[in-house]
Formats: sequence, C-alpha cells, structure tokens
Amino acid sequence: MSGVVIYYSKSLCTKNQECGILFVRDLKSPALIPTQGKPILQGRPNWHLCRLFSAMTQVVPPILSVTPSRALVDEKFKVLVENLPPGYPVTVRSLHNSEDKHDWEAYGHYVSDHSGVVSVSEDLSYGGTYTGKEPMGLLWSMRPVPGSRPGLRLRKMNVCTPMLVTISVHSGHEGFRDQAPLASVLTERWYMAPGIQRITINEQGVQGTLFIPPGPGPFPGLLDMWGGGGGLLEYRAALLASHGYVSLALDYLGFDQESENLELKYFETAFNIIKDHPQVMSDRVGIFGLSLGSLVAVTLAAYSTIIKPCCIVCISSNHYYPAQGSTVASRFEGVTRQLYKARVNEDNQVIWKGVGLEFITDPSNIAEVGRINCPTLLVNGCDDQNWPTVETAEDVARLMREAGKEHLLSRLAYPDTGHLIEPPFSPHFRATTFVIHSSKEKVLLLWGGKTKPHSDAQEDSWRKILSFLQFHLYCGPCLKAKI
Amino acid sequence: MQLSLRLKCLSVQPSRGLMDEKFIVLVQNALPGSQLTIRALHQCEDGHSWEAFGHYTADTTGTINVSEDPSIGGTYSGVEQMGLLWSFRPIPGSKSGLRMRKKNIQTPMEVTISVYQGHQTEGFADLVPLSGVAVERWYMAPGVRRIPVTEGGLTAALFLPSGPGPFPGLLDLWGGGGQLVEYRAALLASHGFASMAIDYLTAKITMETGKMVDNQYFETAYRVLQQHPQVCGSKIAMIGLSFGTSITLKMAVYSEVIKLSAAVCISGSHVQPVDGSVEEILRFFQKNGEKTRFSEKNEVIWRDLLLPIPTDPSLKVNVGRLQCPLLLVVGEDDQNWPSQESALDIKEMMARAGNSHLLTVLSYPNAGHLIEPPYTPHARSSTLKTVEIEEKVMCLWGGQTVEHSRAQEDAWKKMVVFLKENLYGGRNPTSFSHL
Repeated sequence: MSGVVIYYSKSLCTKNQECGILFVRDLKSPALIPTQGKPILQGRPNWHLCRLFSAMTQVVPPILSVTPSRALVDEKFKVLVENLPPGYPVTVRSLHNSEDKHDWEAYGHYVSDHSGVVSVSEDLSYGGTYTGKEPMGLLWSMRPVPGSRPGLRLRKMNVCTPMLVTISVHSGHEGFRDQAPLASVLTERWYMAPGIQRITINEQGVQGTLFIPPGPGPFPGLLDMWGGGGGLLEYRAALLASHGYVSLALDYLGFDQESENLELKYFETAFNIIKDHPQVMSDRVGIFGLSLGSLVAVTLAAYSTIIKPCCIVCISSNHYYPAQGSTVASRFEGVTRQLYKARVNEDNQVIWKGVGLEFITDPSNIAEVGRINCPTLLVNGCDDQNWPTVETAEDVARLMREAGKEHLLSRLAYPDTGHLIEPPFSPHFRATTFVIHSSKEKVLLLWGGKTKPHSDAQEDSWRKILSFLQFHLYCGPCLKAKI
Repeated sequence: MQLSLRLKCLSVQPSRGLMDEKFIVLVQNALPGSQLTIRALHQCEDGHSWEAFGHYTADTTGTINVSEDPSIGGTYSGVEQMGLLWSFRPIPGSKSGLRMRKKNIQTPMEVTISVYQGHQTEGFADLVPLSGVAVERWYMAPGVRRIPVTEGGLTAALFLPSGPGPFPGLLDLWGGGGQLVEYRAALLASHGFASMAIDYLTAKITMETGKMVDNQYFETAYRVLQQHPQVCGSKIAMIGLSFGTSITLKMAVYSEVIKLSAAVCISGSHVQPVDGSVEEILRFFQKNGEKTRFSEKNEVIWRDLLLPIPTDPSLKVNVGRLQCPLLLVVGEDDQNWPSQESALDIKEMMARAGNSHLLTVLSYPNAGHLIEPPYTPHARSSTLKTVEIEEKVMCLWGGQTVEHSRAQEDAWKKMVVFLKENLYGGRNPTSFSHL
C-alpha cells in the first residue's frame, strides 16, 4: 500500500493513543476495508472525519521552529517543537561547525506535553549538557563534540557572516545520536546588526577595526581591547556597535611592532582616532577592556594627560603596573617570565592566579587608581583562576575610597564564574590552550568557573554593562570630576 | 564647548526578521513630551522609493514604543505595531499605479527606519534624522533552499524547508498577471511546507510556442512535487489567488491525478467553463468583456465579468464533489473578481451536496482583491498587464488600507494554521500496531 487513510470515530478515541479504528482505505482504491467494530456506511450524518494519516511509508514529522531565526548573539530565541505524540521523549540538540572546523554541540532531554509540544523556553530539560528551564541552554552549554581535541575555544573571527547553528530534534534520550533527526532548522546568530560599517584602521601606527552604527550619528565611542592572547578580536566591538557605539577593536599585541608602540602613546592615539571621527561625540568616548585590556583601561584613566575617557569598563580587572618597564607590553612580559612558578593541577592546567597574587601584594607594583576621574565598572568572576581579579577589585575600591573617588566605582562580582566573561550565550571555557605572546609557548590555561553560574554571569553582566554604558555615554552630561 | 545633546536611541527588534514577523520599534532617551516622527524608507528593486511615517509624543521617561503608543498622524494612526510597513506608499512625485513586489527573494527587503525632530509630513530628503537603523525583512528563513524546476516543461521554483523532511507539499499559484511569483512560496517554506511556485500563464513553453498550458501541466507539477524524496507525497495542498483559484478548484474537483489534502482560494471564483482548458477559461472571461466598468478615475473594474453567478452547472466547478478541506479568503470590497458572491454560491452548493463541513470562509469587510502576506503595502489600484490584453491598464483592486492590512494579517495567520492542521495532521500516534 502506498498510503492509507484511517477513519475512526472521535467518540471512540480515548485521551491518548488508543483510538477506535474502523476503516482503512487504500488511497489507490475507493473500497473501505473494515478492520474492527461495525462497518459504517458513508453518508451517515453523525459520522465525521477526524484525522487523516499517511501511515507506514511516510509519517509527517514534528514541526520545529526557532524564533527569531536570525538574531544578534545577545538576543534570546524561542525553540518550539510541535506535532509530537504526547508524552514523547525527545532530545533537542544544537550543532555548530566553527570557523576552525570543530564541531560544538549542546542538547537537552525533554518530554512532550499532552498536546505534543516541547517548548525549550518553558519546559524542563531532564539531562544533557544543561538541565532545568533554560531557554538559551542550547547555546551557552555548547562544548566540543566527544572525540574533539582538548582545550578548544570558540571565537568568531569573521564578524561579517553569522554564526550558523543547526537546532534539531531527535527521538528518545539515550543514544539519540544514533538516528537521523526528526526535524532540524538553521538559525543565524549575528555579531553585526544590519547597516553597520566595518572599516580597517591602519593609521598613525594604530592597527584595528572600526565599527560604525547606521544612521547620521553622532554616536558615543568605545575603545575595545581584549587580553594577553593578542591578535585582533572584533566580535565584541561589532556587538557594541550594534548597540549604538562607534567601537574600535584594537590590535595591540598581535602584530610585530616595536614595543615602544605599546606605551600609553599607542592607546592615546587610538582613543583620539575615535574621538576625532566626524560621527563621534568627542566627550562621549569610553574604554572597554578585558584582562590585560582592563589594565590598559585603568592606566589610561589614571595616568593619561592627553585623553580623558568618559567612563571605563574593566572585565576581569587587572591593575598590575610595576615601576620597572616602560610599556604595557614590557610590564606584561615581566609577568610572563615569572609564570614558570605557576601551579599546575592534576589535569595539567596552569593556574596563574597565585603568581599574580604575589605580584600585586607589593604596593609599588600597583597602578595609582586613586587618580581615576571617570565612572568605572569592574566585572569579575570569583572563581577566576587566571588572575586575582577579586583581590584586584577590592584593592581598587580601597584606593579609590582613600582618594575620595568611591562614588565613581561600580563593582560586579559573580560566584563560580571564571576569567573569560564573554558576551551572553557564549559557551563557557574553563580551560583552553593559550599561546604566550612573547615566548610562543602553548599552555593549557585554567580560566575557572562552572558552566551554569558562569553563563548566568555573562548574561547578567552584559545587561548591566550596556546599562552602564547607556547611562554614561548616552544620557545626560558627561560626569567629569573637576580637578 | 560641548552641547549636551540628548542622543536618541532608536532600536528595532528583531533587526532581521521574516516578512510575517512583528518587530518592536523603540525610541529611548528623548526629551519627555517631545514631538517626533518615526519614518520607514524602502527602495524597491525597480528603483522606486516608498515611505511610511507616524507622529509620536515621547512619554515622561522619554520613550516611544510603537507597539504600545499611538501615532497621531502620518501614513497611519493609532497604536499600530507594524504600521511602518503596511502603510508604505510611494514617495511624493512617484509615478502612479505602483505596486511593491519582491522578485529576488534570496536577498532581504532593506528598510531604513529613522526618527526626526517634530511632526514632519514632507521634505524628508532634506532633513537630517536624529537617528536611523537598518532593518532586514526576509521571505526565506535560514536553511530554506530554492530549487528551480524545469522538468516536464515546467517553469517553477521549489522551496524546501531546512531539515531532513519529509515535508508536506504545496502548489502555489498567482493570477492573471502571470510571471513566476515566488515570495509567498518562499515564506510558506519558512513555515515548514515544501512549496512550489508555478508560472502557468507566461511559462517558458508558452512564450516559445505561443500555446497556453493544458491541465496536464498542473498534474506534472503535482507529480514532480509528490515524487520528491523530501516531500510527503500524500500531503499536498494547493493555494491560488485570483485566477489561481480557478485552477485550484478545477484541479481539486476534477483531476484524476491531483489528490489534495487541502485547498486555499484567495479572491477568486468557481465560475468557469467546467471542461475548459486554461485558454478556454480565459476566453470565457474575455467574452464578457463588455461588462467591464470604469471608476471616476478611469480605473478598470472587472468584477462584473462573472456576474451574475450562473445557475448553469456547466459554468461552475462542482464544489459539491470536493473531498478536501477548502479555505476561501474573500475581500468584500474586491473590485476585480466577484469573490464574495462566488463564496456565497460555493457555500450554497456545498450545503446542498452535504460537504459544507469542509468549507471555511474568511470574509473581510473593506478588504480588496490583493490579499497578500502580512505587512505588504495595500495597493487599491495599480497598473497591470495581463496575458489577455497587450497594453497596461490601471486596475482597481479595491479595499481601504487599514482594513485591508488587518485582513492580510488575520488571513495569513489563519491560513498557516489551516495548512498546518490539514497537512501536519495534529498529533501523531505513537504506534500503528493496531493496523
């Protein structure tokens, strides 16, 4: 039979599966084949067609939808599966093939409700890479598929294209990967909103990428810096531009340049490139840094006589600024040279926190943060194993209080959160391979954090960072303390 | 000295959406109580510019939320979340009779939404907006594939949803203007239907031989769709608008090959010579050509060509023999086809035959002929070149913009639900052990 039509009486249907099937009709012939119960004559008025099934050879699959199907990386989505049998166990899975050709996945085990629906935003996951009610678990709990190389990190290098994630639904819980999915859809996650201009910057010795939001402007600006891994990472600057800031992702360790470039002058020049841009409000330029980048932010705010940031955001704060060494790079190198002292745990992961703690206990090694004159936001993870960021934040608070600047400081500290506090829904990286810039040595660095609390911290801190930036860069006059 | 300018924060979420998805347009950080104009601008593929705008007043927090606050003037008024799209009209100075239709559905419709100081009504090109964002509106969801279909002499395009399938199928037909119109099929594929848009009036084979296609052409399309490995061959529906309705009803009732699970007929009629080919049906309409009327603006009104609804059964598709659910969508101000009168007659015929449980009629007061996917701008009239007439005429479609736009939104929602219910079939049983 190529297809059958099943007629059955609605009144004979019980709540779930067992339905009173009265006829089977082969689509190829008009004959009605009675199966059980009394055969019913056509045309009887109380008879009506309840459901049509195409059986055996072709079963119509469940309907999977992801809304919106195209979104910014910090926007939430709703994953919905419909048309399943009721009480049916399924696994909803996400799969992403990264730019460096590794497969990342996340999955949750669900059971459909009485109407055959699984709603990832509302239902509980009973297991998988995340549990409980987690609308975005399919993204933040992603990890390399079994069999992948250890120490991988997921970072998008080309921000002009979206991150493509395939969301699929599979039958059952255990062994779900053994069968083909019941349905799958593709969703796009973008760092760049439509209309954003991306411009390569290579002027006055400064190298980076500038992102300009659409519209006439003028806009506030941001200087965006990552950490000691070097290279040019554009994704956060692109995302900030999508929120209305002219953002410059600055390359300050990744290119072969003389180290003189990495004294304050390099950063001041970069800051001024933004400030002097015709579409930027020159008194509304801030600085955003993570890890070593936050050290740059803090030292610029404290020491620069040329530039005055409107506000600074420091993720995984660092205020290590020894007197020896004239540039940021040479100071950082001082640290890396001591890192042989770092503890290595039983998983062969290197913990730099202890070494850092030793450095910052010496007050002559600390930046004079009491000189900072602009609103400052520090965001740290309490389980940071890479740098003593919590102790740093405490120290910064103390020094700013002593200088009468405490009113400028805001702090966010998240329990069980590690060093790499990324934009929301990015996967958590507890330990990844890291290439030390100066020596080119590869180590497995422990960043810290437990996946669920770390992901919550990423989501919460991003919202608060955007709110901080909007408050200081978009609203009201710039809060500049008079000297 | 820096002016402490209040920088307006304009955001549209989502910035990339499907054509039938709603968005939220938000202005923040404006001066409380200030008057602002929010405007949408779009340049379509044929180079014409379209605009829509609303006049707003910022509330005490300096916010305007288009989905909650009323527009007090512009191209739309009241609380209209999507007014910036459905009230689009050609900018002043444009040619008359324009209609917005996207041909290349693999790229998005790009709309710029801007906010201006004050309540502006004209001269936008000379004004500098306070803020502007770019928004993309897509007919195709990510992963939807477009496959041109030429086998069996067809001029068609198949849109497959992403995923393994199998998917229920859909044959998508437009009306007398001909051409291969793909956007509705692409959007339906984004909802999980393997949809094939078919050109049956200006198909390659017609352009080359001068001959109109016959009934087999549609049966070939059905077969190609049915045999596709990712299509659920026993779950195929047909959707037709205007003349496409005539074909859909004819195939649904009379074809030995085409077995539909559902049919959707928009702005059409069942009146046609029952044994007629496409060519014969067109000639039947032309025969009544003297019933053509004209409005005071000299727009062509063709709705009388099929009136009065004949009583002769050889001139109407025998809908009493229909075996699949039928959804009729009717604009009560349709000036192009007598869709309302036809719907009433269809209802009567089906009641008499005892199959009216299959019929659902959606009838919209003040909606016109062109009931398109939601937020498509309403064209009360536009220039048309049909296959019967060589020159372009200004055709009156009918409808009042606000009600027509609401009808489009409502009809689409109900159409998708209707298709899902009939093609995806409700709950699957867990086993077929009792077969």
